[in-house]
Amino acid sequence: MSKLPNAQTLAKSINYAFPSASWMDVKPVFNPGSFCYPAKEETMAGLGMPHPHTWNPAEEDWNLPENWEEIMYNTLVDKLEKFRSFKVFMDICVRCGACADKCHFFLGTGDPKNMPVLRAELIRSVYRRDFTTAGKLLGKLAGARKLDKNVIKEWFYYFYQCTECRRCSLYCPYGIDTAEITMVARAMLHEVGLGTHWIMDPVSNCNRTGNHLGIQPHAFKEIVEFLCEDIETVTGIKINPPFNEKGHEILFITPSGDVFADPGIYTFMGYLMLFHELGLDYTLSTYASEGGNFGSFVSANMMKKLNAKMYAEAERLGVKWILGGECGHMWRVITQYMETMNGPTPSNMSVPKSPITGTVFHNAAATKMVHITEFTADLIKHNKITLDPSRNDHRIVTFHDSCNPARGMGLLDEPRYVLKAACNNFVEMPENTIREQTFCCGGGSGLNTEEIMELRMRGALPRGNALRYVQERHGVNTMACICAIDRATLPPLADYWAPGVTVTGTHELVANALVMKGEIKRTMDLRQDDLPDAEE
Amino acid sequence: MLFSLLAVIVLGGIAWLVAPNMPGFFGIILPYAAVLVFLAGFVWRIMNWAKSPVPFRIPTTGGQQRSLDFIKPARLDSPFTKAGTIGRMILEVLLFRSLFRNTKAELKDGPRMVYWSSKWLWIFALIFHYSFLIIFIRHFRLFLGVDVLPFCLEAIDKVDSMLQVGIPRFYMSDALILAGLLFLLCRRLFDYKIRYISLPGDYFPLFLLLGIAGSGVLMRYFMKGDIATVKTFIVNLVSFGPISASGLPPIFFLHLLFISTLLIYFPFSKLMHMGGVFLSPTRNLPNNSRAVHHENPWNPPKKFHTYAAYEDDFRDLMDEAGLPLEITPEEAAARAGAAKE
Repeated sequence: MSKLPNAQTLAKSINYAFPSASWMDVKPVFNPGSFCYPAKEETMAGLGMPHPHTWNPAEEDWNLPENWEEIMYNTLVDKLEKFRSFKVFMDICVRCGACADKCHFFLGTGDPKNMPVLRAELIRSVYRRDFTTAGKLLGKLAGARKLDKNVIKEWFYYFYQCTECRRCSLYCPYGIDTAEITMVARAMLHEVGLGTHWIMDPVSNCNRTGNHLGIQPHAFKEIVEFLCEDIETVTGIKINPPFNEKGHEILFITPSGDVFADPGIYTFMGYLMLFHELGLDYTLSTYASEGGNFGSFVSANMMKKLNAKMYAEAERLGVKWILGGECGHMWRVITQYMETMNGPTPSNMSVPKSPITGTVFHNAAATKMVHITEFTADLIKHNKITLDPSRNDHRIVTFHDSCNPARGMGLLDEPRYVLKAACNNFVEMPENTIREQTFCCGGGSGLNTEEIMELRMRGALPRGNALRYVQERHGVNTMACICAIDRATLPPLADYWAPGVTVTGTHELVANALVMKGEIKRTMDLRQDDLPDAEE
Repeated sequence: MLFSLLAVIVLGGIAWLVAPNMPGFFGIILPYAAVLVFLAGFVWRIMNWAKSPVPFRIPTTGGQQRSLDFIKPARLDSPFTKAGTIGRMILEVLLFRSLFRNTKAELKDGPRMVYWSSKWLWIFALIFHYSFLIIFIRHFRLFLGVDVLPFCLEAIDKVDSMLQVGIPRFYMSDALILAGLLFLLCRRLFDYKIRYISLPGDYFPLFLLLGIAGSGVLMRYFMKGDIATVKTFIVNLVSFGPISASGLPPIFFLHLLFISTLLIYFPFSKLMHMGGVFLSPTRNLPNNSRAVHHENPWNPPKKFHTYAAYEDDFRDLMDEAGLPLEITPEEAAARAGAAKE
């Protein structure tokens, strides 16, 4: 990893002037820090991915399979035949440029190929040559070019500088969605054995152990029990969450990052405390112990393969519905793919109904899976939990909308409703950076890896800058989110662009405010930091 | 850019110098062929897109989903119902809703990222498209061959010429379409980002449309030929009883050739965004895939690591940790023993 310049230097280094040469003649340079490490051969082989091989992006020869041209062509045909979105998006762009400055990676790098329109042209140009008459006849004049090994390198470079956040798609007059294009490009690269370590390793883990982090069942239980000890330290209440138990009403699934990594663990503790206080009839599962889905960054089939465990486990355990934790891309998969891929739901499942308030979640009638902030907002509305928001009074809180719940689901007001009940001081970031216009954390879609930290910090500039703005203007010291990847990527973002801001999950703040039956007087928050008025 | 300009100039040259000498081809055969190509090409393109399925319901949600009773959904930007989705499409197609959101980002010292509202593209795109539509509708005066126009056409004509200046009456849409096109062209030429991404296929339709609008304006206001003859010719052409085009002014051939070119070019170009926008799955689907099943016609069979295989992998560890099991280690050992025998 190359050394990260400081924020001022990095911002000054952004050069929005474009090269004078045509973009087709400019090749990316694979400097350390500009690309993700390649997936290991045995990982790819273990998952049955095609053409697993050892290669290094920094080297000239990527050891592509001999018939790579044929593979790429056939895959492109296959995607055009299977996805109307992709086919239409290949044809209808008018290059109006409305998307150009909507991409956080363009704003943070100034690289023209990070403009969504040009990112798409990287693949459109190849499409034109093979599938349009003008492209065949006029070549470069029609914006067409032949797919060669340099183009493949360019694809690897730039389609792993897209976090599939879909911000550009919101502004496009035809709804052209770069995420769709990136998904196809990545799927094509995977067909010739090119994948990244940071994505394929979690996929492999998730397949076998049930979660991205590769936590084995006994260890999963131990970690959760360890978190329960911390809960007891803070609240005096001992919680014994059920694991893999049959006959409960609800299966709770959340990203494994929440079980494993700071600060996600505090959010996980928050879930457990809430469920305990409600007396909720639920179980955790070590088999379906991953809400996230790195398979969705590989291909539709891999997404399906990993996601299939949720309904399979719901069927085995005989639950009525699934409650899902705070996660971004998990909820895009659940909202827009799950029921189509792995439905219909098992016969033991029914339309989710809150056992506490009686609210029926008709909006989840098909997937039978409810978002935790929908569930909690409903509890708060019906006064079913007691919150003491003054416990969060030392926090001035803002909220980061994750890209996927915002633009792939429309979950915007539920978390805000919850946060405003749990905290007295809530401030929004500027309107062009929140809700459906929200900016990526810079590490979505499997880019939250250390070796590209500078790139991530560049992509994080718009979000970090908006955070800095409310930090300076309103004294914001806490950024809440509803995404496990955010909980991993926003702390370095905040340290870099807005030092002094703490990143929390939404249910961490809920649990800090939650008044529990039989609890001791709270002197600490879940992080075991003293509450300001603890001495009184 | 120069290539596109040159192509349009060459077309103009052909129209001016060659066409009047070959009136049958440029006046009759080519226009008919062009309309045919346009219609057939347009339909073929749409059918070709429609042939590919929409495997997943992937609307880009531009607002609050419908969930809890007390949370107000964005019925048009994040539609749950079919009616809402139609509303969203109407806003998109008729008012360019997404373009209306446009902002301009600027990095200032600090660093400070500033977002300006940027509606210019939206305004001029609307101006161009609606002027084009109005001018097209106005041309029905030439197509219909009746003396008294239907009320709606008459009304459009009245409004368009309400400034009441000049003889013949000046139409606002004539100036507006030129302004719209020139803005779009200047943007492409002078915004370095747009210039960098522009292809000949982006300039060509602009020059062509400028040629069409320009020749039309010239014909109406400046090179007023024998409009009655032209009108007779067009009425007959439109009613499939073409009369000879010889003797018509070169400017008319110019106008006609540009239009014919546009019609032929249209289905094979980016101009197909006109049809494609209706097929865009991020806009034309309701955000209801949690509530209603969406079918993927090529959905592959499920293949995943089953719980049984998982328990096989970790049975002993799970047993030690006190996790419930489907098959105890003893049972598993007995089964393995039985299988061996």
